Amino acid sequence: MKEYPGATGLILNEPLLWEKGKQGRSGFSMPRRDVAPQPLDDRLAGDGPDFPQLSEIDVVRHYTRLSQWNFGVDTGMYPLGSCTMKYNPKTNERQAAQPGFARAHPMLDDDLCQGILQLMYDLEQFLIEITGMDAATLQPAAGAHGELTGMLLFHAYHKSKGAARSKIIVPDTAHGTNPASAALCGYRPVAVKSNDQGILAPEAVAAVMDEQTAGIMVTNPNTLGLFEENINKISAIVHAKGGLVYGDGANMNAVMGIVHMGQIGIDVLHLNLHKTFATPHGGGGPGAGPVCVRRHLEPFLPVPRVIKQKGRYRLSQNFKHSIGRLHAFYGNVGVLIKAYSYILSMGAENLKKASQLAVLNANYIKEKLKDTFHLAYDRPCMHECVFSDKLQQPYEVTTLDMVKRLMDYGFHPPTIYFPLVVPGALMIEPTETEAKEDIDLFIDSLKAIAAEARDNPELLHAAPARCRRKRLDETTAARKPILTG
Amino acid sequence: MKDVSELSFPDDIRYAKSHEWARAEGDTVKVGITDYAQDQLGDIVFVELPEVGESFDKGAEFGTVESVKAVSELYMPVGGEIVAVNSALEDAPERVNNTPYSEGWMLEVKAQNASELDSLMDMEAYLASLKG
Repeated sequence: MKEYPGATGLILNEPLLWEKGKQGRSGFSMPRRDVAPQPLDDRLAGDGPDFPQLSEIDVVRHYTRLSQWNFGVDTGMYPLGSCTMKYNPKTNERQAAQPGFARAHPMLDDDLCQGILQLMYDLEQFLIEITGMDAATLQPAAGAHGELTGMLLFHAYHKSKGAARSKIIVPDTAHGTNPASAALCGYRPVAVKSNDQGILAPEAVAAVMDEQTAGIMVTNPNTLGLFEENINKISAIVHAKGGLVYGDGANMNAVMGIVHMGQIGIDVLHLNLHKTFATPHGGGGPGAGPVCVRRHLEPFLPVPRVIKQKGRYRLSQNFKHSIGRLHAFYGNVGVLIKAYSYILSMGAENLKKASQLAVLNANYIKEKLKDTFHLAYDRPCMHECVFSDKLQQPYEVTTLDMVKRLMDYGFHPPTIYFPLVVPGALMIEPTETEAKEDIDLFIDSLKAIAAEARDNPELLHAAPARCRRKRLDETTAARKPILTG
Repeated sequence: MKDVSELSFPDDIRYAKSHEWARAEGDTVKVGITDYAQDQLGDIVFVELPEVGESFDKGAEFGTVESVKAVSELYMPVGGEIVAVNSALEDAPERVNNTPYSEGWMLEVKAQNASELDSLMDMEAYLASLKG
């Protein structure tokens, strides 16, 4: 009998801190007063904030217990498709916590923070080399912010050519943030369908590309985990009409050191450091969404930019065509330090190997499970594979039921019901950091769940059974949310 | 999700390929989504509708419907001016799930071209397309 990670264990209840507080408790002693008491101006006096009074052990237990209700990459496999939940090496945290980095204030004079500025300058160079682009900004706070930056760059470019354009082409496999970012920038997104192979056909792009269209947003590999094999032709079609190609780098973990984004016609590309470059995300964020560009878009990059002059690093505002500032100070610098640490500790060869192993792991899962679940597109995948619940429909078991049951087996559920082009989608991205033994247990869990779907569907409808909270009423939570305590 | 045979498809309305229905009521056309669409979407938690007075062409996006699974666009089965929207859906989006053809209606449209209604599928054709 296999031993799955999921088990029952003693999980302790924990009230809100406000319910736990008791008058007079305190976590520390105030230092002895060393000045004479003075009367307080009435205008400055009033009720203090409503903070609970707690001892140190109250607070420590509170957060320790809450952390035990949680599931993260440090707990177990987290195969959330399109999210690249790879392990976040602890050395990155250690580097970011070094006092020179952690205690630097963003208002320090350039001369007093040469270390951080050099790190930012070098990180830009690393990202440029990894992607095959020409210049970069590290400012955007996360992926969608990178997309917005990209759209602003598109707009600035077309304006400089004397003709602002009104539309952007977005494939039906795109993340929802793509059309949203385009629309936020004032563009009208034009949807284009993927073909029966799950990728874009050049003819479909040619049919909608015109001189009112600013360009196209392509995620490559796309959200079906498939490589857009026609990308060269698509880029040529878009460029021929004066348009630009935006690369959404959400799935960059499949192609680090393998695809030269500049050579396949990408003009602007964002990266998710919190996915591909192993900085914590989700509840452990924040993220960072650097944007890399080809030479013709460099003049428009946001300011300030890190520049190197006579061996010194400076933040410069002196770029007259810039789209301006996108973030207070200079982005989420703590995330940049962790990504820099990751890139240096991996090295060029191992970054490439990480992508190769991520692709191998996904294909291994795809092959092992393709007789158990309906495979949306039966062809080699990149870093993620997409199944559906088609084979389980006769038992009235849905994708949601199956992934809820997966929690009982000790795994985080994969992404579900996305991409929208696959009804009942189950989108699995194992990443390179899972060992074969863990991937095999994951596969066996899903096979066991498929057998339960056939033999005991009620078990799945009631799942999860072992979690601290059972099946949540997501519908009522969305329809009648209670937003106050 | 239910089998198509368990869903209801009245024969006094017309059906669009994108799963909206349209029913002529006097001078206007009432619009909603089909029983099949609501069943595929699952529990609907939010419906975003246009303002009265806006005009859209046939096939244009007029709003979105959000379920626990996904957000989907809504498309005009016939072009025209919006003369009423079902504001009850703001607080009770479940009406689209429970009674998609009556209380779950979404729009009332002053159609710009009556022949657009005729170009939509009848019940048999829609049913055949679902089974296809």
